[in-house]
Amino acid sequence: MKRQGIAEALRDAITEEMTRDPSVFCIGEDIGVPGGWGGAFTVTLGLSEKFPGRIIDTPIAELGFTGIAVGAAMMGMRPIADVQYGDFLFLASDQLINNAAKMRYMSGGAITVPMVMRAPVGATGRGSQHAQSMERYFTGVPGLKVVAVSNAYDAKGMLKAAVRDDNPVLFFEHKLLYGSKGARAEPGAVDATSEIPEGDYTVPLDKAAVRREGNDVTLLGWLLMAHNSLAAAGTLGGEGIDAEVIDVRSLSPFDYETIGASVRKTGRVVIAEEGPKTGGVSAELAAGIAERFGKFLKEPVVRVASADVPVPFTPILENDYRPDAAKIAAAARKLIKG
Amino acid sequence: MNLDRDFVLGLYRKLVLIREFEERVKFLFLEGTMPGTIHQCQGQEATAVGVCAALGASDYITSTFRGHGHALAKGLSVQEMLDELFGASTGCCKGKGGSMHVGNMAKGMVPGIAIVAGGIPLAAGMALAFKMRKTGQVVACFFGDGAVAEGAFHEGVNMAAIWDLPVIFVCENNLYGASTRIDKVMKNPKVSDRAASYGFRGETVDGNDVIAVYEAATKAAAECRAGKGPVLLELLTYRRTGHSRRDACHYQAKTEKEAWFSRDPIDRFATQLLGRGDIAIADLEAIKAAVEKEIEDGVVNAKQAPHPTLADLTTDVLA
Ligand SMILES: Cc1ncc(C[n+]2csc(CCOP(=O)(O)OP(=O)(O)O)c2C)c(N)n1
Ligand SMILES: [Mg+2]
Repeated sequence: MKRQGIAEALRDAITEEMTRDPSVFCIGEDIGVPGGWGGAFTVTLGLSEKFPGRIIDTPIAELGFTGIAVGAAMMGMRPIADVQYGDFLFLASDQLINNAAKMRYMSGGAITVPMVMRAPVGATGRGSQHAQSMERYFTGVPGLKVVAVSNAYDAKGMLKAAVRDDNPVLFFEHKLLYGSKGARAEPGAVDATSEIPEGDYTVPLDKAAVRREGNDVTLLGWLLMAHNSLAAAGTLGGEGIDAEVIDVRSLSPFDYETIGASVRKTGRVVIAEEGPKTGGVSAELAAGIAERFGKFLKEPVVRVASADVPVPFTPILENDYRPDAAKIAAAARKLIKG
Repeated sequence: MNLDRDFVLGLYRKLVLIREFEERVKFLFLEGTMPGTIHQCQGQEATAVGVCAALGASDYITSTFRGHGHALAKGLSVQEMLDELFGASTGCCKGKGGSMHVGNMAKGMVPGIAIVAGGIPLAAGMALAFKMRKTGQVVACFFGDGAVAEGAFHEGVNMAAIWDLPVIFVCENNLYGASTRIDKVMKNPKVSDRAASYGFRGETVDGNDVIAVYEAATKAAAECRAGKGPVLLELLTYRRTGHSRRDACHYQAKTEKEAWFSRDPIDRFATQLLGRGDIAIADLEAIKAAVEKEIEDGVVNAKQAPHPTLADLTTDVLA
């Protein structure tokens, strides 16, 4: 066992997968430059020395290198691509959505596209174009798997599962979860370290995780909101409200089995999402829960999300934009006490 | 070129203003009082100053994440810039933009576009509007060497070319896109050659020589106004500081750094000015002192400037 943060856990996952399978390689901007950074958030630091020729630095050309990853994957390679900030997925999205996600269907099942695209998201003092929560734009794309990791254990296990999966997997990470200390510490960073066991393990791409058991209300969140929901549950516990917290984790497809079991038990649901409320992932989740488990709901599903605005720069507004534990707790309290 | 004394001293003042502004901002970040992240332009001041000096008040510029120098060169005030960087409601974007998005439309600067190459088609679109309305305006579009690899560059410059649009594409070639050196990502590292392949004029200029930049931009602006645009100016320069806040630049060779530092645009211009005969070292020192005072006062004010209230979160979304 060793204690690791998300960046180190991802680095180990990549190292182990590249060692295990010579068809795995990394492609992206500034990921292997000597004297450089190992990507925008240090995940691939040191790997270019370990794997010569397999950590491929690209020009600033997201559409281009995503297409390159798709093509290489179709020919049997297993690329791990990354964008420095999730916001740049808008540039890559034609290749992801029109090519990667549709190749298998359009070819009548003849083609597989075993690629991973990693993307850091979240509002972190950088203004409107380096801050967006991009999950919402991709969860409704058939042919694409979408996951979001909130701790180091999952980061390692799910990245390994994503590399081994025969489908394109979009892998979201949160900038405030890479590390709360040292070079990666950012204001508002949260401790997402885990005990990482020795040896190989994977975490399935289609299973939610119950982080705290409870009977009164189900709090659903992912990425930073999984942490904020847990903190809210702590507050609520002190008030005699017993909240269950689920890290949704698999955003496409959703794990309705785990979520449904909780809804049946509590009958009350609060979904926390960073990103504008309108058209968010939580909209689909709320509708899916109502359709499947409506008769178990004691109250309508409640969403705690950001305002319908671009991400503001100034800290006072950005902090209000990002749902916090207090807002999540308040919503749960209201649901129970009216 | 026989340039007016006041004019060249004005250029010098802008160069020093940008350098001192950036140095102060760096300090404020390290001190921990300024929020967010920064991309600074120490060493590249002459590109912004030379180009903007060739533009009129009604002309526009577009910029990038590295826009402090462009903004000050185009006439934004130290105060509205510092206020913005501190997130104050008195900032040039009411605190909603931040360092990567400084701008002021009234002064001819679109908020910085932090998506690499994102400003290139947009600037062409502004130029299309100028052409359709026959306004005689020009837009100078700043971007880095890194932007040349993006599809947006090629799509934007091609349309500007086929429609003869009044846009000056200003590539600040500082040899690096983030940590990546251009020779790693360009088979032909001469950016200005791209223009010929789209059928318009391109030129490579010493970007650390403010007068050379000014002259090239003046010529380009005249061509644009005469319906002979666009023009691509490749300005060779070097950043003296990290790509962003925490970058120690270990990917840059020491010899390369030293060579470029010895070609500093401000030192070189000072030497040139002192050689004219009508400018004394005391004149330059007085300018620097005045600039320092302006920035000092600006910081004091910015630290006390009012911040937005929560009600401001939902304003300015739709017209
Ligand atoms: C589309 C896009 N991809 C990646 C980035 C991340 N990024 C920010 S600046 C930068 C390097 C830009 O290099 P260059 O265009 O040469 O400008 P310079 O930083 O040298 O001023 C990168 C990769 C971005 N902002 N936008
Ligand atoms: Mg550059």
